[in-house]
Formats: sequence, structure tokens, C-alpha cells
Amino acid sequence: MMRPTRKHGSRRSRASLEDKLFKYSVMGIAALVLALLWSLVVKLVFDAQTSIETFGIDFLTSTIWDPNRDLYTALPFIFGTLMTSAVAIVIGVPISIGIAIYLSELAPAWIREPLSFLIELLAAVPSVIYGLWAIYTLRPVLTGSVEPFLMDALGWTPFFEGAAFGIDKLASGIILAVMIIPTVASVSKESMMAVPDSQREAALSLGATKYESTRMAVLSYARSGIFGATILGLGRAVGETMAVTMTIGNANIISWSLLDPGQTMASVIANNWGEADGLMLSSLIEIGVVLFIVALLINVCARLMVGRVMKAVPMTGGGL
Amino acid sequence: MEGKIVTERLNAFFGEVHAVKNINMSIPANAITAIIGPSGCGKSTLIRCLNRMHEVVRGARAAGKVYLDGEDIYDPETDPVEVRRKVGMVFQKPNPFPTMSIYDNVVAGQRLNGEKDWKKLDETVERSLKLAALWDEVKDHLDASGVSISGGQQQRLCIARALAVEPEVLLLDEPCSALDPIATAKIEDLLFDLKDKYTIAIVTHNMQQAARIADFTAFMYMGELIEFGETKKLFENPVEELTEKYITGRFG
Repeated sequence: MMRPTRKHGSRRSRASLEDKLFKYSVMGIAALVLALLWSLVVKLVFDAQTSIETFGIDFLTSTIWDPNRDLYTALPFIFGTLMTSAVAIVIGVPISIGIAIYLSELAPAWIREPLSFLIELLAAVPSVIYGLWAIYTLRPVLTGSVEPFLMDALGWTPFFEGAAFGIDKLASGIILAVMIIPTVASVSKESMMAVPDSQREAALSLGATKYESTRMAVLSYARSGIFGATILGLGRAVGETMAVTMTIGNANIISWSLLDPGQTMASVIANNWGEADGLMLSSLIEIGVVLFIVALLINVCARLMVGRVMKAVPMTGGGL
Repeated sequence: MEGKIVTERLNAFFGEVHAVKNINMSIPANAITAIIGPSGCGKSTLIRCLNRMHEVVRGARAAGKVYLDGEDIYDPETDPVEVRRKVGMVFQKPNPFPTMSIYDNVVAGQRLNGEKDWKKLDETVERSLKLAALWDEVKDHLDASGVSISGGQQQRLCIARALAVEPEVLLLDEPCSALDPIATAKIEDLLFDLKDKYTIAIVTHNMQQAARIADFTAFMYMGELIEFGETKKLFENPVEELTEKYITGRFG
């Protein structure tokens, strides 16, 4: 006994029109992201064209950065980025894993919840604040005790030659370590908490101590998550700009010593874009392209490795 | 009857919940003792008290005494880690270490004890896997992951892993609940062969299983031990009315 009235019909078609309009307008807004990403890539590559054509592959392998001769290559900055990121990983990852183990395996719930929250809050501190902290709090400690000690103890290696100045690759590496800890610790914690209790019980029932069961059952089970967390931290360290620019000393040189100043891909752009034009600007943008590709690859790797554990974690490319 | 494991006024709690109430029982050596009862009766909790695994759950605690060869494992001086080396355990769901090979799973406990001699480790692997009736099935791929084999094989791998540290007692918490009948039969045969060397206590929700393999059976209900005795007697001629109701299927 269906008797579609005119009224019904018009209401239905109006509703479907409304829904269509709604659907396509929201879709359009979402498509803006694609457009933005596309224009970003196109614009970067387009503006880098002059530099790419002028220097070719030498851009990545040569060490000259000389505005007087209008010669620009990126190796010192790639090197600086690798050095500072390596220091960040070496210092930051063990600390992060320690934090994650405490939170996931040892801390009672009333400590775990607020402490996890505080650690995640650290990720929200603007990087310029970290930069200021490094200059006014970290630097005196470095020049006063840490760097003289390192020079005494490890001065025979190429990594700790020079003067204890406190504005150098070591300072940048340390501040990067601090900045990656929230990400690495919380993603590691999540992957440790995802380890089933039956694994811990398996180890304990064999007569493992708490330490042994953490190593045997938890760390090995969660290792891909922890590795992914590390790569994610690397992604942040590679792209971080402000705190590094403030602490690295901005010297366009390649030096193995962590006590020498340096320059990263991100910091050389931040330092020079204001007065750059012509070929120099194009070269800076090409460095940006390289950085963009590296950061993208690192983030994609991390995503693939951590998978479901880190659905909630946004990509970290650093930033001002 | 002087048992290998004797409990005295054993109580267990989860927070405020009193899960196991005042249990006095004696588990004889070189025999299979089954613990049966309806879901939630505290049988798994009871067995986990016997190697101090109950307390690893957050908020769980136990009170009373459990004597292993006359020594109280709940004595403040006793190290639970030592207890667990003497009293091994196999759990409801097979839980091999997924990142380790079959070989490494078996010797995981030996390695904890610091054993590095590969000859001894090889011997342990072969002996334990043979005891667990798994050797013939896996001897050609000991390097394969511990989770690459079937569920029934994984459970026997867990039994081998528990036996590798040469415990005196083997506790099994519903070891067949995730397995099919064929795999279950294999494990039952295996337990039957093991009882000459070990003291075995098994929790099961399957009365037929208890009747088939156990020398002694305990019936628990609502956290209390209702009846405990020889399996044949408990099933054919129970003393308590509750026991009779349960084994004849009138509740539970």
C-alpha cells in the first residue's frame, strides 16, 4: 500500500541533494591537503631547478659553500644532520627505553598515568624554548664540567677534540635527545604494554627475575615497536630546526669533533634564507628537497615498522 | 599421606575478592592430581599459588602456608624465583616466545641459569623435546620460530620448555583448553608417561580428562575445596552431595 506522495518525494530528493552537497564540499576540503602537498613538492623542485642543473650530483658530495664564488654544495649540512641525529639517538634512545620499561613494567597505575601524561606534554614544548634552555641551562653545564671531562677521558678519539665552548654539535645532539625522548618513550611504552601477560608469565614461571623476564619476554616481543619508535625519533631529530640553529654554532664545516660547531640541513636554511637570492636561494631550496625526502622516507619506514601501535602519533618533522 | 606439596589454610585474594578459601590439601609425589570445578571456582588461582605465580597479578595476594618438601614457599626468606625453578608451569594458552626458535625456547630457562655449554644445551633440547613427545616432529627444523608450529605442538613445546629446567613439580593450568581432541590425547599420554619422574597437578574443566589421567582428584566450588581423594572413589562414590551433583552434570 505504498503511495508515494509528492510531498514525500520532494523531501527525499531535497535530502539527497543536501547530502550530496555536503559530501562533495567536505571532500573538497579534504582534497585541499592533497593540493597543498602537491604544490609544496612542485614548488620546491621547481625552485631548486637552477641549483640542480648547476651543481648536479656534486651538490651531495662536495663540501664547498662559498657565496663569493657563487658555489654551493650540501655535504657539510648532510654531515651535520647525520652527526647531531646520531648523538640524539645514542643518548635519547636508551633513556627513552628506560622510561618506557619503568612505566610499562614497574610503575603502579597511579604513577604511570600522570607520568605518561607529563612525558607526552614534553613533546608540546615549543622548540624555541628548548633552544633557550640549552643556551642558558645546558651550556654552562657543558662548558663547566661535561666537555672538559670528555676531552680528558676521550680526547684521544677524533670526536672530542677542540675547546669546551658549549655551542657545538654535542649541545645540539643533547637538546635533540631531549626532544625525541617524549616520542620514543611513549611509543616504546605502548608497544611494551601491548605484550601479552602470558609472555611475562612464561618467563617468570621458568624462574626468571623481573629483570630477566623484561629482557626475555617484553623487550624481544616489543622490539619492532621499539625500533620503529627509534626511527620515529630519528625523523624528528633530522627535521628539527629552531633548537639546533640556536645551539650548533652555524659553521659550514665538516669536523668529526662533537665539540666543534657545525650546521645541519635545517639550520642552514633557517640561517640563510633571509639574505639569499638567485643561485644561493635555489641551493637552499634544494637542501630543503633533500631534507624533505629524507624525513619522508624515515617517517614512512617508522610507520611501517610500528604499525598499529602508533596510530595516534602524528608524523614528526620537527619545525620552528 | 605426606605429600610433595602440602597447603595449610591457604587463602588467595584479588583485591577484595576472596578467590581461594582456607585450602588444606596434600599433593602426592609421582602422581597426577587433578583439580576440577565450575568456572570461577578458584581452581586456577589455587594452582598458581603453588609456585607463587598468583602474586604476579596486580593486586593479588595469598596468605597461609604451602610446603614443598616440608619447606614453606611463602616464608619471607624464600625467594619466589627459586620456587619457580623447582615448580614449573604450563598455561592455558600456549605461550612460546615468538621471537625465539624452537631450540631457544626449550633452553630459555637453562640460559637464565647461565648455561652456555652448547653440548649440554643440545642434550637438554633433545631430552626435553623427547619427554614432551615432540622431538620426532620438530627435530629437523629446530631453527624455526616457536610459533611456526601447530597449537598442540606449541603446547608440547611449552611443556618441554618447563621440563628443560628439571623441575620437581609440573603444574598445568587447563593445558588442553585451546587444543583439539587429538592434540589433547597426545598431551594426556605424555602426562601419563611423565608422572614416574614428576609430581603433576593439573587444573581442568573437563571431568572426563580428570577421570582418564588423574590418580587423585580435588573438587572445588566457590573457592572452597569440597572433596579430595582418589579419582576412582571421587567419581564413583563421592562423599559430598555437591560433588555428586557436579559430576553427574546437575550444575556447573
